[in-house]
Amino acid sequence: MSQLIYNTFDYEVQPPRLAPDYKSTVLRAPSKPLVVVKQSLSELTGPVFGDFNLGEFDHDLTKNSIKNGEPMGERIVVHGKVMNENGRPIPNTLIEIWQANAAGRYVHKVDQHDAPLDPNFLGAGRCMTDSEGNYRFYTIKPGAYPWGNHPNAWRPNHIHFSLFGANITNRLVTQMYFPGDPLLQYDPIFLGVPPKGRELLISTFDLSITEPNFALGYRFDFVLRGHQATPFENV
Amino acid sequence: MLQTPSQTVGPYFAYGLTPEQYLYDFKSLSNNELAKPLNEANVVTVVGKVFDGNGDVIPDAMIEIWDTQHQRFGRFGTGTDPQNRFIFHTFKPTSVGGQAPHLSVIVFMRGQLIHSYTRIYFEDEEELNAQDEILNAVPADRRNTLIASKNAAGYEFNIYMQGENETVFFEI
Repeated sequence: MSQLIYNTFDYEVQPPRLAPDYKSTVLRAPSKPLVVVKQSLSELTGPVFGDFNLGEFDHDLTKNSIKNGEPMGERIVVHGKVMNENGRPIPNTLIEIWQANAAGRYVHKVDQHDAPLDPNFLGAGRCMTDSEGNYRFYTIKPGAYPWGNHPNAWRPNHIHFSLFGANITNRLVTQMYFPGDPLLQYDPIFLGVPPKGRELLISTFDLSITEPNFALGYRFDFVLRGHQATPFENV
Repeated sequence: MLQTPSQTVGPYFAYGLTPEQYLYDFKSLSNNELAKPLNEANVVTVVGKVFDGNGDVIPDAMIEIWDTQHQRFGRFGTGTDPQNRFIFHTFKPTSVGGQAPHLSVIVFMRGQLIHSYTRIYFEDEEELNAQDEILNAVPADRRNTLIASKNAAGYEFNIYMQGENETVFFEI
């Protein structure tokens, strides 16, 4: 039996554990060197949600928690492709989505930012890639919000994502940013990524999927860890 | 192509990733029952806390468990238990592919720009643990950080992000 060996994290683009400007890493980042291990069956398998029963409006955050009207804010449509480093599309893979509302407020009970909640917007959703690895969802453009990392700290507008891919080595939790955001240059979470990786986190405005009189379009592609080109025998 | 960089799960993941556990009105993808505790003889409970470098319990971590043998996945946040524990009900795996029984663990939290991988082994599998290739790749004085201790209620497995007992995390 042959088995693919997956690449490890590429630290030319992946953030380090400890990034002191992002203060909560100081007490939470592992301090000892990681132990490098050979990938076994445990690492080369993972949960598959291809048959997860998505709700009718899971992919439309502008509709999935309407109580008495439309959510406030700028409607957007986000699309892109999920691939691996080898450029191979990843079909039928689940993407989880969560974000703040247009005012920069999270529904989460510990978010005490003095901005209004929107009764018609939860800010959580999910979608699945199609047979060619493409995904698309609708939402409201999230607002910036203040946080306590340093004086006058504000998070740039962003959408959170969680992806599974082929196995647990592929697991990815990340954030998508918006082009031209002036807060990016001050954000220690974004800047925690090495310079070579930063552009990869910024979506591009996409007129081709912008829907006339309805929603602005953004494109964001995900690249999960790939594998060596040649399978190794029985490793 | 270049990998998409990781970013922190942040403090506000609950309504998106663990909504039912935190009582939000959104269907959960997964929960802490990799197996139902009822009527299954080999179902065990694994409970633990996550500690930061000051020894304080972390109340906003999210733990994921993967049991490759039974192809089961679970997810639980440390924000709902009064003691900020994570609690999983899972089959106790047996030896798979020549390895000692174990569960794969992925740890996420605010303050981690990139998630951490570890494993849960079991105290009462001494013989298989002694032969396990991955445990043996870990410095002897740190192996105990990967081994859940057995008690009357099941197993306890605490995760120490830093410090003298820092849990072994893997580059996989």
